[in-house]
Amino acid sequence: MATIAQAVRLALHYGEEHLGVTDVFGEDVGPPLGGVFTATQGLRTAWNTPLDERGIVGTAMGIAYAGGRPVCEIQFCDYAFNVIDLLKVAGNQRWASAGEYEMPVVVMTPTGAGIRGSLYHSHCFESWASRLPGWKVVMPSNALDAYGLMIAAIKDPNPVLVLLPKALLRAKDTRLIPGEPAEPDELSRMIDAPIGDRTDWRPQWPDVQEYVVPIGKGELVREGTDGTVISYGRPLPLCVQAADELARDHGHSFDVIDLRSIFPYDWDLISRSVQKTGRVLVVNEDTEVTNFGEHLIRRVVDEHFYDLAVRPRALMGKHVPGIGMNQAYETNSVPQLGDVRAALRELATDPA
Amino acid sequence: MPGTSEDPPDNESGAVRRAVRTVAPAVVRSGREVVSAELALTVFRQMIRTRALEERSIKMSKSGEAYFWIGGPGEEAFNVCLGLQVHKGHGPAHDYLHLHYRNAGVMLAMGMPMIDHVRQLAMRATDPHSRGRNFVGHYAVKAWNVVPVTSVIEVQYAMAPGTALVQKRHGERHPDQAEGISVVVGGEAGTAEGDFETCLNWSTRPGQELPVLMAVTNNRWGISTDFQAVSAEQRIADRAAPYGIRAETVDGNDPVAVWNALDRAMRYCRRERKPFLLEAMVSRLHGHSSSSGAQREWGQADPLTAFEQRLVDGGAIDPAGVKGLWDEAKAEADAAVVAAMREPEPTREDVYRDSYAPSEVDAVYPNDYTGLPAAK
Repeated sequence: MATIAQAVRLALHYGEEHLGVTDVFGEDVGPPLGGVFTATQGLRTAWNTPLDERGIVGTAMGIAYAGGRPVCEIQFCDYAFNVIDLLKVAGNQRWASAGEYEMPVVVMTPTGAGIRGSLYHSHCFESWASRLPGWKVVMPSNALDAYGLMIAAIKDPNPVLVLLPKALLRAKDTRLIPGEPAEPDELSRMIDAPIGDRTDWRPQWPDVQEYVVPIGKGELVREGTDGTVISYGRPLPLCVQAADELARDHGHSFDVIDLRSIFPYDWDLISRSVQKTGRVLVVNEDTEVTNFGEHLIRRVVDEHFYDLAVRPRALMGKHVPGIGMNQAYETNSVPQLGDVRAALRELATDPA
Repeated sequence: MPGTSEDPPDNESGAVRRAVRTVAPAVVRSGREVVSAELALTVFRQMIRTRALEERSIKMSKSGEAYFWIGGPGEEAFNVCLGLQVHKGHGPAHDYLHLHYRNAGVMLAMGMPMIDHVRQLAMRATDPHSRGRNFVGHYAVKAWNVVPVTSVIEVQYAMAPGTALVQKRHGERHPDQAEGISVVVGGEAGTAEGDFETCLNWSTRPGQELPVLMAVTNNRWGISTDFQAVSAEQRIADRAAPYGIRAETVDGNDPVAVWNALDRAMRYCRRERKPFLLEAMVSRLHGHSSSSGAQREWGQADPLTAFEQRLVDGGAIDPAGVKGLWDEAKAEADAAVVAAMREPEPTREDVYRDSYAPSEVDAVYPNDYTGLPAAK
């Protein structure tokens, strides 16, 4: 029943207590705020940094060199563009040093639109991130996966970027994190900081258990025969809803894949599904020119051209400089439920 | 370029003068600074080894045995004095080194065999720093806390606070291991990058000051750009003032002065657990890199010949002794080149190798990268 923000917090707490996490840090990550999305409230090792993303990533690398296990946050991925070369350096340290140095850093950052964030709180980052060799990049669409992927990211000795869909950070899961209290409001009473003065507040951590979502493992969240829908992050619940509606109203059924890992990605799962359905649609909200979804389509065409019944498709964000503040900009440039439903219907009904 | 050529200019006074003293001195002085004669000769020998290796490296880049050279001729005094004073070892009780690409002298003084430098220059599979992947001088030695040198200017300054933070905590928990510091080295041109300011700022958070020695070797040139044409600063060391960081500018071509300046700065960082900014004025004797020809620029002051003159004048060594050191160093460099060139080069199998560390939570790459994810 946790939200993604709570799930991240629980995973970081588990990391501090059981996996050797030494530092959770970033802008406003420590007390009193505990993160602008509350994802780091109450954590033992959380601390506030100067407003300096390059310092955050550079310091994380230094801590990792010296044997620490840092988890740092870029407050919004929209502010990660000035650290892209440091991310590149972090990704190449092992390769560049012929295996001498490992780089066990976790960088987490909220990504995507959907919070009325205007130009600079609405960017996507997964396509940029997919061009950072040496990194692993994960993106949960629900709280349980966020918990399991964050624990995997901490356990992995390589740099892992955890992209958190901004619009889903407060979405509650229907499932429980292992060790989470069953009563829906109890978790909030235990670990959410009170409004106002928090000087004497301490969280009551539930005894959460280890739960790993392996990196590179997608999940088949709906099973069907009329098409394969590949998505992740914020549009994933829209794909599920659209698939359910089309099943109910028109009798179309789809394989809906929550990719969960951008790199490495679960090609095995994609490949098997495309061979079965012969129809494939990739849905994400990143801008459409040189979009990570295009890479998946390229591989589908390369390896499954003769398995395809209809042309492969991608539904993506428009190639625009940003998301405007008026909602008209977002609804007309980022895939919405209606767009997803129409794309699925077209995928299922396109004559072979 | 005027004033540049392979050969030294005519010197009317001839070779280095002979000493008039007959008794070897106990110390070598420079103004109010002093080092023992024994230490001076150690520094001198390491400076010669460094120069011999750099000159042999430049020759390799011109002969086609290597493709690119970059290094630090003109910075030997600073680099050797730094390398000899490093607390060498692995882990936070020892010093971390965030170097840049002109620090061969640091590494040789620390004990790196010449051949490990040449292996990288010659792009051999045996190159321990990068398996023939990186430019020369891009060292990485985990056993000595030398973190990988990156060509991107100044990124090392953003990383140094991280190692220093771990060292400070380590020292608080283990008072007998509380002298490890993080040494970060870069040129003056790179101080225009924000990462330099990041280091100043992150090293001085109130109550969280960090043991970082920021060393700026100021050779005045960023490739072809004169620092004074693009910056109003008179001294890089002045950048420390707003942060309350102690700072000093030293003649980096004077081994006696630079030894003592480093000793003071390192002692301060080790004991006070606070940062220090040391600016060393140095020479750039062969230009930026082989891309600009790497020709010797005879107009620049040479720390090695100046030190040689002072040692000979003071009777610490005689010209025959100097020649002996040079012969030895050149032979060592030649032997390293001959041996390295016989070693294997990387192959197609090396391309993906060491991209990823083994991971028990990775379903696709549990051991290392093997190419794009494939269907099983």
